[in-house]
Amino acid sequence: MHIRLIDIAHARSGDKGDTANIGLIARDEKHYPILKKYVTAEKVKSFFGEMVKGDVERFELPNLGALNFLLHGALGGGGTKSLMTDAQGKTFAAALLRMEIDIEETV
Amino acid sequence: MKAPIRIASGQGFWGDLLTAPKMQVTKGPIDYLVMDYLAEVTMSIMQKQKRRDPQLGYAKDLVPLIADILPDCMERNVKIITNGGGVNPQACAEAILASARELGIKGLKIGVVTGDDILGRMDEFRSKGIEFSNMETGEDVGIIADKISSANVYFGAFPIVEALQQGADIVITGRTTDTGLTLAPMIYEYGWKEDDWDKLAAGTIAGHIMECGGQATGGNFSADWKSVPELENIGFPITEANADGSIVITKHEGTGGLVTQQTVKEQLLYEIGDPSNYITPETIADFTTIQLSDDGPDRVKMSGVKGRPCTDTYKVSMSYTDGYTAVSTLTYTWPDALEKAQAADRILRKRLDNLGLKFEEIRTEFVGVNACHGHLVPVPADVNEVVLRFGVRGQDFKTVERFGKEIAPLILTGPPSVTGFAGGRPKPSEVIAFWPALMPKNAVTPSITIEQI
Repeated sequence: MHIRLIDIAHARSGDKGDTANIGLIARDEKHYPILKKYVTAEKVKSFFGEMVKGDVERFELPNLGALNFLLHGALGGGGTKSLMTDAQGKTFAAALLRMEIDIEETV
Repeated sequence: MKAPIRIASGQGFWGDLLTAPKMQVTKGPIDYLVMDYLAEVTMSIMQKQKRRDPQLGYAKDLVPLIADILPDCMERNVKIITNGGGVNPQACAEAILASARELGIKGLKIGVVTGDDILGRMDEFRSKGIEFSNMETGEDVGIIADKISSANVYFGAFPIVEALQQGADIVITGRTTDTGLTLAPMIYEYGWKEDDWDKLAAGTIAGHIMECGGQATGGNFSADWKSVPELENIGFPITEANADGSIVITKHEGTGGLVTQQTVKEQLLYEIGDPSNYITPETIADFTTIQLSDDGPDRVKMSGVKGRPCTDTYKVSMSYTDGYTAVSTLTYTWPDALEKAQAADRILRKRLDNLGLKFEEIRTEFVGVNACHGHLVPVPADVNEVVLRFGVRGQDFKTVERFGKEIAPLILTGPPSVTGFAGGRPKPSEVIAFWPALMPKNAVTPSITIEQI
C-alpha cells in the first residue's frame, strides 16, 4: 500500500547550529514499526538530497513510538550566518511528512 | 512539605508572550514560576549592550514583567526563577529591587547567580592549559581568540538550589541551562542528592518539556493543529513534580491550548540529539526510558526515567563575529510571476558580478514557491505572486553594504509588476557564530549572593 508519512505520523523540527533535527512520531504507536522499517537514515538522506550537505543520523525511541533524525549541514551554516528563510529548520518536519512510501503492511 | 510541587513555565524565550507569566501566577495554584530567556545569540547581543552601558546586558523587559506579577507572587508565595540576568545578573537584580521598592514591597530576597561569564578570564584559563577546542570540529580556539564577543559556562540547577536554600524569593542567573531552571525547585523541595541520577534526569526532562513554553501545550502542534482550542488564550505548561521523580505535565483549568501525549511527545523530540545521551551539568538523561500515560483531561504523566552519572565538564558557549549578511525582498505578480522573479535574480547576479563584488554566499529563494521545501515541492503552474528573497554574506562590510544599493534600481530597470520594497536599503547585519567547548567543572565556581529589601 502507498502512504504519505503525514497519514501515520506527526513531527517537530528545530536546529542545533548547522544541524536540523526532526522528531518523527507515530500517530498511533502500533504504526511505529512501519516508521522504523521504512524511514531509514539513508531514505531520509536521499529524500532531502541537496538540501542536506552532511550525513543523516537516526535514533530510535520505541517508548514514544518515535524516531529522531539529525540532518547535518542542512541550515546554510545555521544561526545568524544562514541566509535561509528557514534558518532554524522549523519547517523541515513538515517537509519530511511529504515523504511517500510503499509498505507491505495495511494501515 | 507540599506534594506535589507545581512549577510553571512563564516564558520560553526572550520575546515570548508577555501575558503568560501573569496568567500562570493568577489562574491557579503554583509554587514556582520559571522563565527562560537565553538563546545562544542572546548572550552576544547582551554583551554588546553591556559594553555600551555597564548597567545593561540583561533582559530589560523582565523588570516591568516582574513588577507586574510581584505583588501576586508575594501574596501567594510563588518563587520566581529566571536566567534573564544574561551577562549582568547583578544589574538585573538591582533594577528589580528598585522597582520592588517603588511598589512598597518589603521582605523580598533576590538570589543572584554569577560566575558563568568567563569572557574576561579566557587568557587566564588558557594559560592554565584549558584548551576550549571546538567540541564539534576539534579546531583550536586560537583561530577565533581575537574575535570572541561572549563566553559563558552553562551552569545547572545546583547554584539555584543554593540561592533557594538561602531564602531567595527570586533567583536571577546568567547562563543557566534551560532545564536547570525547572529542576532546581525539585532538588530544593525534595532534598534530591547529586547522585540521584534517575530523579535528576526526570526533573531535567520535565525542564526540557517546559523550556519552550506553549510549544508543549498546543502551540506549533503538528499532529492536529486545528483541534487545539483557544490558542489566543493558551495556557503555558505546568509541571507537577513528586518526590519520587514522577511528573505530571498539565496547564491551568480554564486556559486555552491542549496537553496530550502527542503535544508532549512533540516537545520531547524538539531540538535533541542522541536521545539516550541528553547531557546536562547534573546528569545524563535517557529519553528512551520515558513512559507517558494519560492522567485525566490536559494531564500527562511521565515516569520510569533513568539517568546516568554526570560528566566532569561544563559546556561553554562562545560567540564571535564572522562577517556580515544582508537580505532583501521584492514581490512580483501575475502574469509570469515566477519567471519575472527568476529573471530579476539573473539580472541582479550579473550586476553584482559586473561591479566585481565577491561574496562567500549568495542565496535566492522564491517565497510562495519553494523557499522552505526546495525541490521537494512541485513548482505550481501559475502562482499569482512570488516574493524574490535575495541574500548575501561576506567578510567585508562595504561589499555587503554595496549590495544593498542594487535592489531598489531593479524596480525601474527590471521585469514589470514588481512591488514591496518599502523597507529601504537592507543594512548589513553582523554574523554571530558559535564555538561550543568544554571545560573542567573544578576550574570555575558559581557565586551566589543575596540582595534584600
